[in-house]
Amino acid sequence: MLFQTATPDTSGYMIAGFVVSFLVMGLYVASLYLRSRNLQRDQEMLEELDAAQRKTVTK
Amino acid sequence: MRSKPLTLTILDVLALIVLGISTYLALFFAPTERVMGDVQRVFYFHIGTAWTALMGFILAAVFSIAYLVTKNLKWDRYQVAAIEVSLVFFFLTIVLGSIWARPAWNTWWTWDPRLTTAAVTELIYIAYFMLRQGIDDPERRARFGAVYALIGGLSAPITFFAIRLFRTIHPVVIGGANAAAQGGFAMTADMRVAFFFALFAFTIIFVDLYWNRIRLGELQDKVEQLKLKVTM
Repeated sequence: MLFQTATPDTSGYMIAGFVVSFLVMGLYVASLYLRSRNLQRDQEMLEELDAAQRKTVTK
Repeated sequence: MRSKPLTLTILDVLALIVLGISTYLALFFAPTERVMGDVQRVFYFHIGTAWTALMGFILAAVFSIAYLVTKNLKWDRYQVAAIEVSLVFFFLTIVLGSIWARPAWNTWWTWDPRLTTAAVTELIYIAYFMLRQGIDDPERRARFGAVYALIGGLSAPITFFAIRLFRTIHPVVIGGANAAAQGGFAMTADMRVAFFFALFAFTIIFVDLYWNRIRLGELQDKVEQLKLKVTM
């Protein structure tokens, strides 16, 4: 018991670790969502453009 | 974009649930490690992310071979998705390791063999995306990417075995011991539950993100083809 040392308080580092984990994963999920949304918009716009081009050719 | 498959939606929900359970096990179920204190709890996420990231890099190397053999761009999409998700997870591994190292080793970073190989692996895959950005032709990009990812894939086993082959201060918690290690600990039964659940949880999360990333890649290819069609 004489040589036993108290457990250090490292809870601040632990909190930082979990905050970083959720932040990074959250940012990645957000990036997937945003990229997907932007691409869907591009796709819709390009399909409209393609359809308009076809109409012009048939006329 | 095709509507989301039901299996993927279920997987999304499952990923959130297992992440929640894993966090609970790490924070409240596992006992506090006596020497390091609460910071040891980040170890569960550190190992979980490292395991999935290294598997992802190896998976990408396998897809590289599949692409080089078949020339089917599907394998290129799978490879890019595996590398991107692994890169994010491996970044987390390095950051969590650094946060743990500060109180355990009294430094945020040291050029130890494990830390060095991990940093090199991360940089190799950051450079992979830079290489791809510089090539416009999809087939040329896929071919260069496949060769690069195949060679880069070697860094994953080197990183994994670094603590088993070299004299390093990084502890070997599973399957071995390292005489020079600092901050090692023996896992109790409750710690093992949190540890193995974290491995399971991060595997599920990885698969979920990976599947979502593949779908994004398919959409990217579709938009790229439409752009070509409209401009011609």
